[in-house]
Amino acid sequence: MKTFIITIFLFFSITAFAQEEKINQLEVYKNLRCLVCQGQSIADSNSDFAATIKLVVQDQINKGKTKNEIYNFLISKYGEWIVYKPMFNKNNFLLWFLPYLVLALGGLIIFFISRKNKHN
Amino acid sequence: MKSNYIKIIIFGIFFFFICVFFIFFLKDSNYNTKNLIGKKISTFNLPSIYDEKKIIEDKILKKNKYTLINFFASWCSPCRSEHKYLMKLSKKNNEIKIIGINYKDKKNNALKFLIEMGDPYDLIGVDFNGSKSISFGIYGIPESILIDNELKIIKKFIGPINESHYYQILKLIS
Repeated sequence: MKTFIITIFLFFSITAFAQEEKINQLEVYKNLRCLVCQGQSIADSNSDFAATIKLVVQDQINKGKTKNEIYNFLISKYGEWIVYKPMFNKNNFLLWFLPYLVLALGGLIIFFISRKNKHN
Repeated sequence: MKSNYIKIIIFGIFFFFICVFFIFFLKDSNYNTKNLIGKKISTFNLPSIYDEKKIIEDKILKKNKYTLINFFASWCSPCRSEHKYLMKLSKKNNEIKIIGINYKDKKNNALKFLIEMGDPYDLIGVDFNGSKSISFGIYGIPESILIDNELKIIKKFIGPINESHYYQILKLIS
């Protein structure tokens, strides 16, 4: 009985792991822009370029490369435009912080205006 | 007084955003091959089209003063239009060697293409599934990369080589 339970447990954990691996691959495809298509990601496109990029990503995953290493490799070849999610660097810091800055400033403005209205 | 401050702050924020949008939107986000000039090409090894055991490596290109790496296939119609310029280039100048990379093609079709159109290449490597071409930053074919003997990119041509590109290449290597 014990062996049976362990086998079932192992089977499900392997299936879950395999599924996770697949999801990661799809996640990478979805974050890559098809440069020869209009508004499509590598995941959505059936173009020749997308097919080749999928092959390369698959190959890099098999070599044990991390997601960031794959993105950095493709960025070095095609520029930052190839990834949808911009990398966090000195050129992009505004892009990352601006929404939070806007939120904070908006909150401050609302706070000051509401305080002023209260006083009046 | 306080309301003046708020007005100034709001105006300041508004002005800041206008500046940010102008700076970022006026930036040219299109892919520009100028960024590649001076960068070294990646190391590569490709089997020769004539003998799979013979490997064509990047090191071989260091012997040439200039090398034009041309990505082509028999199924690619624009490759046919650029072929005459590659033939002219191979005949006219000894300083430049042309290396062909046969992209996602069948060997027999590629060889037929070369018999029909002429063979301007000193060496031809094969990229069966296109994955090796990604290391060169290739979108599709035809594309050509002019490099020097240090394997640094002098110019990249996206699309077929035309007459103007041909003269550009001659000027760059003279």
